[in-house]
Amino acid sequence: MTSKSTSKKPVGVIGAGSFGSAIANILAEKSEVLLYARDSNTVKKIAENKENRGHKLHTNVTPTGDLSYLANACDIIFPIVPSSAFRSMMQQLSPYLHPYHILIHGTKGLDISLPPGETIDSTPSLTRENIRTMSEVIMDESVVIRVGCLAGPNLAKEMAANHPAATVVASRYKEVIREGEKLLRNDRFQVYGNNDLIGIELAGVLKNIIAIASGALSGLGLGENAKGLLISRGMVEMIHLGKAMGGEVEAFVGLAGIGDLVTTCNSTLSRNFTVGHRLAKGETLEEILADMEEVAEGVNTVRIAKKFIDTAKLRAPITEALHEVLFDGLTVDKALQMLMRYPYNVDIDFL
Amino acid sequence: MPKGNSKDKSYKPILPGTNAWPVVQLSKNRKQFIAKVIEEALNKIKDATPGRQSLREELESTLYQEKLRIKQNPWRVDPQDDYRFWEQVKNDLVELATEHEARKQEEEILHRIVSRYANEIAGNFKKTRYQFTREMVKFGFARLLNATRVKRFGAFFRNEYTLKDKIQVTGKAKQLRKLAKRGTVVMVPTHFSNLDSILIGWIIHVLGMPAFIYGAGLNLFNIKIFAYFMNSLGAYKVDRRKKNSIYLETLKMYSNLAIQEGAHSLFFPGGTRSRSGEIENSLKLGLLGTAMEAQRSIYMKHPNGEGKKIFIVPVTINYNFVLEAPSLIHEHLERQGAEKYYVESDEYSTSYNMIKFLIKFFTKGSDISVSIGCGMDLLGNYVDDEGNSIDQHGRFINTRDYFTSNGEITADKQREEEYTRRLSQIIVKEYHKINRVFASHLVAFIAFNLWRKQYNKLDLYDFLRLPEEEMVINYDVFRSHFKKVRKQIFKLKKENKVNVAAHLKGNIDDVIKLGIDNVGMYHSKRPLLTDKAGNIITKDLNTLYYYHNRMNGYDLKKHI
Repeated sequence: MTSKSTSKKPVGVIGAGSFGSAIANILAEKSEVLLYARDSNTVKKIAENKENRGHKLHTNVTPTGDLSYLANACDIIFPIVPSSAFRSMMQQLSPYLHPYHILIHGTKGLDISLPPGETIDSTPSLTRENIRTMSEVIMDESVVIRVGCLAGPNLAKEMAANHPAATVVASRYKEVIREGEKLLRNDRFQVYGNNDLIGIELAGVLKNIIAIASGALSGLGLGENAKGLLISRGMVEMIHLGKAMGGEVEAFVGLAGIGDLVTTCNSTLSRNFTVGHRLAKGETLEEILADMEEVAEGVNTVRIAKKFIDTAKLRAPITEALHEVLFDGLTVDKALQMLMRYPYNVDIDFL
Repeated sequence: MPKGNSKDKSYKPILPGTNAWPVVQLSKNRKQFIAKVIEEALNKIKDATPGRQSLREELESTLYQEKLRIKQNPWRVDPQDDYRFWEQVKNDLVELATEHEARKQEEEILHRIVSRYANEIAGNFKKTRYQFTREMVKFGFARLLNATRVKRFGAFFRNEYTLKDKIQVTGKAKQLRKLAKRGTVVMVPTHFSNLDSILIGWIIHVLGMPAFIYGAGLNLFNIKIFAYFMNSLGAYKVDRRKKNSIYLETLKMYSNLAIQEGAHSLFFPGGTRSRSGEIENSLKLGLLGTAMEAQRSIYMKHPNGEGKKIFIVPVTINYNFVLEAPSLIHEHLERQGAEKYYVESDEYSTSYNMIKFLIKFFTKGSDISVSIGCGMDLLGNYVDDEGNSIDQHGRFINTRDYFTSNGEITADKQREEEYTRRLSQIIVKEYHKINRVFASHLVAFIAFNLWRKQYNKLDLYDFLRLPEEEMVINYDVFRSHFKKVRKQIFKLKKENKVNVAAHLKGNIDDVIKLGIDNVGMYHSKRPLLTDKAGNIITKDLNTLYYYHNRMNGYDLKKHI
């Protein structure tokens, strides 16, 4: 039953950011694609020029500003919007969704759900129940349960330039992985499946913390030894946190974990890396965020992870140090000194 | 929601006569039905064993397991020719050993085995017997109740007390009746005692619903009197000793097809009685999965939107006293302690023992409460009284859509397994929600944890071996903890995470007394007592542990 759907419906993509546009382009090689953008000007511009944020869009991509139209026309939808806007997007989309829909998201961030009146700063504790991955947000807000995610080293600019790359499609449903693979795979884009949805989501999310730290190291002009140290210790920390939040170790040692980590930690194309880099050059977080075109998810992730660490009484030195740098005015230099003195010397304790 | 005394409430039967009952229809066409089970089960097993060797291997391992069973764990109910049958299978397989291409002969052997299993499993519902049994149960229990409650000469023939006084039915009874008219109900109760199936059978009758079919442990058929009851209640036989996949496929197909035929069913999804006394926290997915498959098949066969919907109805049963508690907790501790090979035991092996058990239960047992949960579809969405699935935002859902991909209903085994796993988690949550906390559960929980805290350096096993004489809790200490935890339970109740029995709300000293008087009240060694000074003592830590476990899963320990 794999090759049956040739007269198929179009595929939906929600979010016309650079990653959303890149995914829309890949999908467009095999299918008609409906690309939703919130901003009506963007819809118009794409319709007129077949171009978004300087990237050419495939002729099969049709923009739309109408979620109900998109949900009715498509059975499979890829929501790719920043985590801060994800829940409200789902709330708008939800009335048009049915249990036959399949949603595969591409957002590497977290959402929090707190009692009314509480914020991340005011709440005394943040447990796992308060933290929602994007797949959990989808299931909180809609009737869709065939849910998956995309994760892996997918720098939007390289994808737009047609460089070879790969992604992980994770879902508890083989059907979702199969559909995702069928739609995405081509000669330059390899697709791997994984059934640990939560683990893969967390790998992509937590990696952003280490990416910021890596940017900071490079901003200080430190060498490759330091980077090797950071990546391997960062990996341990990701696994430590990831396990505490319900992922399996295996998810972190694959493409979505190590693969993504190595890519982002070496790339000036990464937004999170850029945040760290500029911090180390002496800019403040406000200044950096003020002129960034798109969201660096890592900043928010650090905030959530820190609160979770405190509540669960875990230790995660890189995240903790980074939190002080981002929000408490500690300099990157000082943070580095703090980490180097951290009394911990077991190399691997998670296998 | 009808609360407490439901004595005066009586429900009319939802179907005019027993002839219309699905289970009666099923037994009328028993022969054809079994033939269909055999055919479909065969197809399924054949599809699952496509390779040249795989069916052969399946047959050989089945043969091996069956011979082992006959040798190591024979039961009285086993057919006379058991040994001969499997000896024949063995000989036939030996003959095929040298042949390379023997699929046809292998399938013939498979057919023989599957039909043997299907005939063994199939129930034999008899309308007249059902009616007779029902009256007898009612009459018998009423006599027992009256004779023991009213200790007066001649009380035996009075009708002052009826079963309805003793058994409180709360929750969504009316909805259940409506759903049974609209679709096929799969009732999934918690399982603590052997009494559960009789109790549920009685409740189904009181609610005016047609008999449900259910899988009863084959060991219950060892007892002649019980076999009589079971056969007449629409029970089919489940042999837990047989774990080979041919048997399991046949069993599942039986359940699947019966549900498709519209027979309301009863599963104890925990598998066996809860050994620890806890509410089930993981369920057996096998039989639950048959409901999932049946629903998908119904949708496939009725593409135009007709076809009956299946409703899952969780039920919890609460007892102050579980007769089997001492032996259950013993087994639990033994299993947990050393992963010993465990032989499925047959503890009520004679009619005499069984009757003794029943008499003791009905003469001694204290009040029982049965809470019926809200109906759900197979994905765990609540349904309204008309059977429409409703999502968390109050919107209607078409359950058919869950089985649809690219606009068509498809059979996807892995998807259905995942749905079933998900459903089982939702059922467990629902159990905890509709569970009614009794004073007796709460006193056990508090006393056990107070003692446990005092000896927290010991592991559980050493702790349970402590001499009971040394265990005393000052009443005031106990009272203050009880107050705190009870408050927490009321808070949980407000959040809709648990339900409470009406008696829990009274004056705190009365509630504690009620709890202590009732918890495991008829065990020869009482789990809790008060001494002359009014302090709390125990005679049996193991059963106390058992009753305490009932309150697990609510995260209450931190309040002690």
